[in-house]
Amino acid sequence: MQEIPINTYTSPNVILELIYRLKVKDVMTTDLVTATKDTPLRAIQHIMREKQVTGLPIVMGKRLIGIVSMDDIIQALDKGYINETAQNHMTRNLIVLEDDMPVSFAISYFDRFSYHRFPVLNKHKELVGMITSRDITSTLLVEINREIEDLEKRTSTTSLSDEMNGEIHTYSIMKNDFENAGYASTEIKKRLKKAGIQPHIIRRAAIASYELEMNLVVHSDGGELIAEYTPQEIQITARDSGPGITDINNAMTPGWSTASEWIRSLGFGAGMGLPNVKSVSDEFTIESDMNGTTVVCTIALKEMEEV
Amino acid sequence: MQVKDLTTLKEYTVQTMENGEEMVEDAYAGDLLSDVMGNAPSDSILITIQAHKNTVAVASLAGIKAIVICNNRSTPDDMLQAAKEEKIAVFTTKDSQFAASCKVAVLLGKVDASKA
Repeated sequence: MQEIPINTYTSPNVILELIYRLKVKDVMTTDLVTATKDTPLRAIQHIMREKQVTGLPIVMGKRLIGIVSMDDIIQALDKGYINETAQNHMTRNLIVLEDDMPVSFAISYFDRFSYHRFPVLNKHKELVGMITSRDITSTLLVEINREIEDLEKRTSTTSLSDEMNGEIHTYSIMKNDFENAGYASTEIKKRLKKAGIQPHIIRRAAIASYELEMNLVVHSDGGELIAEYTPQEIQITARDSGPGITDINNAMTPGWSTASEWIRSLGFGAGMGLPNVKSVSDEFTIESDMNGTTVVCTIALKEMEEV
Repeated sequence: MQVKDLTTLKEYTVQTMENGEEMVEDAYAGDLLSDVMGNAPSDSILITIQAHKNTVAVASLAGIKAIVICNNRSTPDDMLQAAKEEKIAVFTTKDSQFAASCKVAVLLGKVDASKA
């Protein structure tokens, strides 16, 4: 039986993600052996034995017109028409898959129909591959292996990020110091990388810290950037001693900027800083008055399992 | 594609390339560094006219592997020094950002050159 013992709705999330993410074209065999309608069944039988396949697509150019299976060959031998061509004896009623369909589709096809293989067509209806349940299981095994490796890595990450617990780093940032701008953010990024945090989370922390750092350089009279680490999260605080933001709502509006022409010519002052910080943070607060501005943002270092 | 594949483009001059073997999968064009920071995909090529050290900082933080500086702008030494340290390749060209984007898109296989 060709059934693939994975169901496509209540399997573990990792598996479900895999079979929806993987496409038929990632799994199928593209190294195709084909015949035409004028090929004698005898020749097809020889090709099958030689190439060790159990079904041969019959094509006209790139178009699929039928399949000759092992069953068809046995019938032909039994009924004595093995020397005739494929034309009148191939299976024409075909069930096909498309190369862009998720693998979950292919799995349910194998469960639903008794065929051992399905031809795969692209969106131009050209034959581009064949898929067997064996193709699916071997690709799944490879992918599952990789997922497990990731999971193991993530488990060990826990102990690494525990190590950072309670660490606090403070960086002082000077007004208009473009020379050193980016130093604090780079240090924060390196620290998280060393702790084995996942790249996309590091990227969020890097965006938040860089924007806050540049804000201090561009807009403040100078201040500090503080990074506090716990096993669960990083909290980044930007604190300055003035001049304060006149209208916080404006400052949070994408595209709104008070930067000078010179600052803009360097590529800063696009009015995206604070909105960017907020969008990458799990928690975000901002307070400002004449004595200065404090922004606090928090980014979780591990993804919460979705419930 | 690999970073070093950019050298196949005519009149793209390597300023520094310590990471020629690294893979890049995408590109981003922009001169607003905040926008680049927020939106550029990682493992990508940045196409820009911002030829200064801060561009390298943004590239490093955003996971950008190569910077293409357009319109014949010259690259200051401190920028190239920073790029070397961060292992980010820097190329210069007389192409505009648009022309460079088109060529890089072809290299990345995002568009079919024969149909373009």
